[in-house]
Amino acid sequence: MSDTRSALARIRGRGPAREGVRHWWVQRMTALLLIPLVVWFVIGLVIHTGADHAAVSDWLSQPVTYGLMLVLLGAAFWHGALGLQVVIEDYIAGEWRKLALVLLSKLACLGLFVAAYVALTIIAFAG
Amino acid sequence: MLSANRPLSPHLQIYKPQLTSVLSILHRFTGLGLVLGAALLVAWLIAAAHGAAAFDVAQAIAGAWYGRALLFLWAFALFFHLCNGIRHLAWDAGLGFDLKHVYLSGWSVVILSLLLTLGSFTAGYWYMGAF
Repeated sequence: MSDTRSALARIRGRGPAREGVRHWWVQRMTALLLIPLVVWFVIGLVIHTGADHAAVSDWLSQPVTYGLMLVLLGAAFWHGALGLQVVIEDYIAGEWRKLALVLLSKLACLGLFVAAYVALTIIAFAG
Repeated sequence: MLSANRPLSPHLQIYKPQLTSVLSILHRFTGLGLVLGAALLVAWLIAAAHGAAAFDVAQAIAGAWYGRALLFLWAFALFFHLCNGIRHLAWDAGLGFDLKHVYLSGWSVVILSLLLTLGSFTAGYWYMGAF
C-alpha cells in the first residue's frame, strides 16, 4: 500500500471535532475575558438584590453597563457554545446526531445572545 | 472513511471517585448549568425590557424559595467554574501540574467557591436590608 501523504496529513482531522487548535484557543481567550466581566457583573447583581424595575433599568441603561453587558453575554454564550460542543462530541455517538446537536446548541446560544442584545437595547434606548 | 463506532470517552463508573476526577466532572456539570442559568438571565432581561409589570413577576419568581435556591446553585456553579477555570488556565500555562499542587489548588477551589457563594448571598441579603 502506498501513501504519499505525510504523517501529519494522515492524522489531521481524525479527532471527534475534525479540527485543530482554534477551538481550544478561543475557549481560553473567552475564559480570560470572562474572569473580570463575571466579577463585575456579580457585584452589580448583588448591589441590585431585590431592586425595583426603575433601579435595575437605570443601572442597565448606563453606557458602561450596556457595553460591558454586551461583551459579557457575547463572550459567555461563545464560551458556552464551545463548551457544549466539547461535551456533545465526547458523549454523543453517531455522526449525524452529533453534528445536528452541535449545530442546534450553537443556534440556541446565538439566539439567546441576540435576544439579550435586543432586550438590553430596548432597556437602554426605549425604556 | 471513519467507522461509526470508534471509541469515545471511557466508562466513568469503573473508576473510584477522586478529588481530581470529581472536580473535572463538576467543571462540566457547572458549565452546562451555567448555560441554563444564562438562558434564565436572558429571560430576566427580556422581562425588564417588557416593563415594570413583567419585571415584578420575574423578581417575584427570583425571590420565592425556589428562585433563591436556584440562585444559590447558580452562584455556586458560577464561582466554582470561575475558580476551577482559573486553575485550568494555570495548567494550560504549565503551572501547578504536579500532584501535590493539583490537590492543593483543588481543595482551594472548593473552599473558595463555597466562601464566595456564601459571601455574595450574605451581601445580597444585606443590600436588601435583611440585617
